[in-house]
Amino acid sequence: MSDIFKGVEPMVLKSKINVPYHWWAGDTASKFLVALRDGQAITGTRCVKCRKVYVPPRKSCPVCFNAETEWVDLSGEGTVVTFTVTRRQRAALQGKAPVIFALIKLDGADTAMLHRLGGVKPEDVKIGMRVKAVFAGERKARVQDIEHFTPVK
Amino acid sequence: MDKAAIIGIGMTKIEARRDDWTFADMAFEATRKALDDAGLTINDIDNVITTSNDFWDGRTISCMAVGDASGASDKNVSCVEGDGTFGAFYGLARTLSGSYGTTLVTGHSKGSQSVSSLITNAAFDPIYERTLGLDMISACALQANAYMHRTGVTAEQCAAVSVKNHGNAMKNPMQQLGMKITEKDVLKSEMISDPLRKLDCSPVSDGCCAIIIANESRAGKSKKKPVWIKGASMCADAYFLGDRDLSRAKSLTAAAKKAFSMAGIINPEKEIDVAEVYDAFGYQELMWLEAMGLCGDGEAAKLLGEGHLDIGGTMPVNPSGGLMAGHPVIAAGLYRIAEVVKQIRGEAGKYQVKKADIGLAQGVNGLCGQSHCVWILGKDR
Repeated sequence: MSDIFKGVEPMVLKSKINVPYHWWAGDTASKFLVALRDGQAITGTRCVKCRKVYVPPRKSCPVCFNAETEWVDLSGEGTVVTFTVTRRQRAALQGKAPVIFALIKLDGADTAMLHRLGGVKPEDVKIGMRVKAVFAGERKARVQDIEHFTPVK
Repeated sequence: MDKAAIIGIGMTKIEARRDDWTFADMAFEATRKALDDAGLTINDIDNVITTSNDFWDGRTISCMAVGDASGASDKNVSCVEGDGTFGAFYGLARTLSGSYGTTLVTGHSKGSQSVSSLITNAAFDPIYERTLGLDMISACALQANAYMHRTGVTAEQCAAVSVKNHGNAMKNPMQQLGMKITEKDVLKSEMISDPLRKLDCSPVSDGCCAIIIANESRAGKSKKKPVWIKGASMCADAYFLGDRDLSRAKSLTAAAKKAFSMAGIINPEKEIDVAEVYDAFGYQELMWLEAMGLCGDGEAAKLLGEGHLDIGGTMPVNPSGGLMAGHPVIAAGLYRIAEVVKQIRGEAGKYQVKKADIGLAQGVNGLCGQSHCVWILGKDR
């Protein structure tokens, strides 16, 4: 290290990129988030053309590029498509490791939604496992209004 | 496609922490080396593309901050946010437009200056996903599990990619992390996010790479024999991970198919002599090879186990050591292109493969390989 600087004292300028930002959720995501908060319900959108059901909902169909969609209510139960157990305390993790992340395809949906699993030991999680949504007691119209998904007993 | 060629390459040595250099210092060195390699001066460069990412660079409009160091002063300069192969694609398009005889493309990043987990977390949708706390490693762990579940490929087989590429890198003086390890070392290394262990993951790196693309008439004026661009194509899959079949890379299949067809390649498995692919994680080398049709679905691990992907094998993959031994995000794909150029020229020294008439370079942009860019390079026009 010292030789590459050829006697120059190395300087480091420490800083942080921290800019306030507001994400306007838009009418589609707003409706989804309000349903989580007020109805403890997970909703999706169906493309009226290709009949594909998207969860979380989209305003337009990304596959057939069609603007017309209709709302669909889902039961909140589904299947684990894939998962991981994050064991290292990565900077992005909310909460203490280990955290189980999973893609969950809800019954009646054609896409899977990203969320966390809880109430299950990491070693017991399997692809294909049946899970259901557990809602948070205090809900604020956020994806965290679903506390996690847990195995269906 | 009209003819275009790569006539100059320049890379900085990939390092874990290049704290004696700023971004611009790295861009200057890579550009200087590419010009020397081509036997040109900066006056011979008609336009410039820089490739960067604002979050990784810690500043907005980051691409413009390295313009001067990339020799873009008083020139037409434009920027691409994403992997270097995508910047190079834009550079190629500009060259083929007829407006420019030569295009210099640079890509740089310094992973050492920030926190990759937070930066890659910010790639997730802020309304539906970001606050869940995933990052590139946990997202790719989801993909690794899906791929292994579908194909039956094991953790041991994925570990063999790490062993091969870290070993290859020992022969490449530009690489950061050449080392002799065994599958056991990989399988004993820290589990970061199942099934990905520390040695299944590429390191955090600093580096800059530059290439010079020329049209047919200008290609003849370079110092070395031009390496011809036979095909280049890119394709993107859905943004949301849950919209895709994560165990497959259909956008890579489409990009590769198009690139092969441009290059007149009918049987890629036989016709591609050497490949430099985006092995950010061990499983990805296997998955990408299969998606490109360089072997059958689920068969890459077997080929690797039999030594076919080694430097002396029938289809060497990442003889340079790949990303596994040095992963300067953004620049990484440009390094892949530059490494294939070295192979085709016969300049790869200790990691030179026997036959390198046609080579493939691949770059990735987005989480879990959302978008892919495939380049076919050849010795002959």
